[in-house]
Amino acid sequence: MAANSSVITPAITAAIVDADRRSARDARADRAFRWIVTAAGIFVLLALACAALSMLRGGREAFSTFGLGFLFSTEWDAVNHHFGALVPIYGTLVTALIAMIIAVPVSLGIALFLTEVAPDWMRGPVGAAIELLAGIPSIIYGMWGLFVFVPLMGEYVSPWLDAHVGALPLVGPLFTGPPLGIGMLTAGIVLAIMVIPFISSVMREVFLTVPTRLKESAYALGSTTTEVVWDIVLPYTRSAVIGGIFLGLGRALGETMAVTFVLGNAHQLTASLLMPGNSIAATIANEFTEADSDIYRSSLIALGFLLFVVTFIVLAAAKLMLRRLSRQEGAK
Amino acid sequence: MFNSIKSRFVAAGLASVIGAASAHAADITGAGATFIYPILSKWSDSYNNATGNRINYQSIGSGGGIAQVKAGTVVFGSSDKPLDPKELDDAGLAQFPSVIGGVVPVVNIEGIDAGKVRFTGPLLADIFQGKVTRWNDPAIAQINPDARLPDGAITVVHRSDGSGTTFNFVNYLSKVSPEWKSKVGEGTAVSWPVGVGGKGNEGVAAYVKQIKGSIGYVELAYALQNRMTYAAVQNAAGQFVQPSLTSFQAAAAGADWKNAKDFFLVITNAPGENAWPIAATNFILVYKQPKDGAGTKAALDFFKWAYENGGKQAEELDYVPLPKGLVEQVEAYWQAQIKL
Repeated sequence: MAANSSVITPAITAAIVDADRRSARDARADRAFRWIVTAAGIFVLLALACAALSMLRGGREAFSTFGLGFLFSTEWDAVNHHFGALVPIYGTLVTALIAMIIAVPVSLGIALFLTEVAPDWMRGPVGAAIELLAGIPSIIYGMWGLFVFVPLMGEYVSPWLDAHVGALPLVGPLFTGPPLGIGMLTAGIVLAIMVIPFISSVMREVFLTVPTRLKESAYALGSTTTEVVWDIVLPYTRSAVIGGIFLGLGRALGETMAVTFVLGNAHQLTASLLMPGNSIAATIANEFTEADSDIYRSSLIALGFLLFVVTFIVLAAAKLMLRRLSRQEGAK
Repeated sequence: MFNSIKSRFVAAGLASVIGAASAHAADITGAGATFIYPILSKWSDSYNNATGNRINYQSIGSGGGIAQVKAGTVVFGSSDKPLDPKELDDAGLAQFPSVIGGVVPVVNIEGIDAGKVRFTGPLLADIFQGKVTRWNDPAIAQINPDARLPDGAITVVHRSDGSGTTFNFVNYLSKVSPEWKSKVGEGTAVSWPVGVGGKGNEGVAAYVKQIKGSIGYVELAYALQNRMTYAAVQNAAGQFVQPSLTSFQAAAAGADWKNAKDFFLVITNAPGENAWPIAATNFILVYKQPKDGAGTKAALDFFKWAYENGGKQAEELDYVPLPKGLVEQVEAYWQAQIKL
């Protein structure tokens, strides 16, 4: 370049210099961009680590006093300062499980209906309605659960379950009990209603991303809608669908207000889903304001840490399962 | 359903919004029990109109109130559970009663009207321990010869959150039942042997209204305003009394305040023919030698004003103002204990 510099007109030189400068600027901007997004990513990790560590620190008194027994004790006695986390952990898992058993198939149905079956004029309004449902604050679900849904459960559903299902072997013990209306089953159902909008709107979005030509090819080969859904849409979107389910599961595990209203908040371990129980988030919400001793407060913070751990384990287990599934798929 | 309660809070909220907009008069900061929040808000509003001074009260719960006043972030704290003189001394705090309330057992039994079912203290303890489990139990029938109680299961409803209401209720049960005292004990939250937990008075009220055959306990105001089926309870003098402002007042007047150092007295199971056995007191905590002398003086001025002028408003909200003798004792205590 130096040798030719005499024949290159100054205009071209200027253009080259300008271009060099621009690419240097672009490179700088690109570096800055990288830094910013990396910082955002690290920020999430840091926030997570800080939250987990500070809860672990806050709960250290409980962990050191009760040791591993904290995880397996059903006792929760603020007078004698004996605390155990088994009842809240159990309640959290059971209510979230009930919620997912109901919410996943229903959400799948809603999303498939909206993307594959519903006439065009319905898709907009129903889609909007679901997003609206997702925006309702949980206290409203709690109030609705307590004042509308609990009486229905107590009056009709619980007595029926007790009479007809309660006598069956195996599942019977799950459905026996007085017709209180409140309890783990009610909480699970209310949770299901709360997470359905989340899961179904994620599913709807991802179903819309399935390339039309794939679906049309299948239809052209004579597939029915059912076959298109099972063989084209779901395999194509599986990981995103599972992501949507995780989102709902995370919300179900950590939901506080709605559960507090309908779960019954009793520190008792019972097999029956019709009986009151407790969840981690509900226990903390209920008792933190008046936790008047250090060990009490520490136990509640330790519960918060355990919620972290429980959520992590549940999500990790689900991820592992997913990976195994996709490996089987590959082997096929 | 909770209209009147709600309107109290709305009124309080409005008062604080309007307050925030106006100029900075002397703000008296306090924090603590939710129990006195409605009446404090009302008093605060009237006091502001009368003097221009405002009360900024955060109803964060008794435990929080005690912690905040000990940390020195507020001028006064408020607790439904009195601190013992030693704890007060250690923290340099003075303690005095502000207003009287009380706890009322409420039931949901088909065909039974308010005030028509009666309990004794030990019977309540047995029910809340899960020892008496059916409404037609002989122990209940024996003291309710006129009431036709159904053959139904009893569902116990208690508070799920720590609460002064719970404290006073289980304090009473501990006083009348040695078994309760040894097995469950007392505190703002206890390990309930049976039952379901509702969040707040409104949670308990809602559960009791919805679950047939249930029994719970709420503050008097909730029982009256929600027209709940409250029960009569036998008092220390052996009389069955109905919960009312009169019987609460009788309990406050009959209680042995004279011998209570720093007003360290829970007035459950109070003597007196007409005394309600589960009456409760709310307590105010201030520093004996405050750093912020002007603030504490303003707070005491406010309570002095409330004792003198706030009685009617208190009764409107179903609180019981302190009896006259007790007010005099409180003011003498201020003179003697608090150095401003």
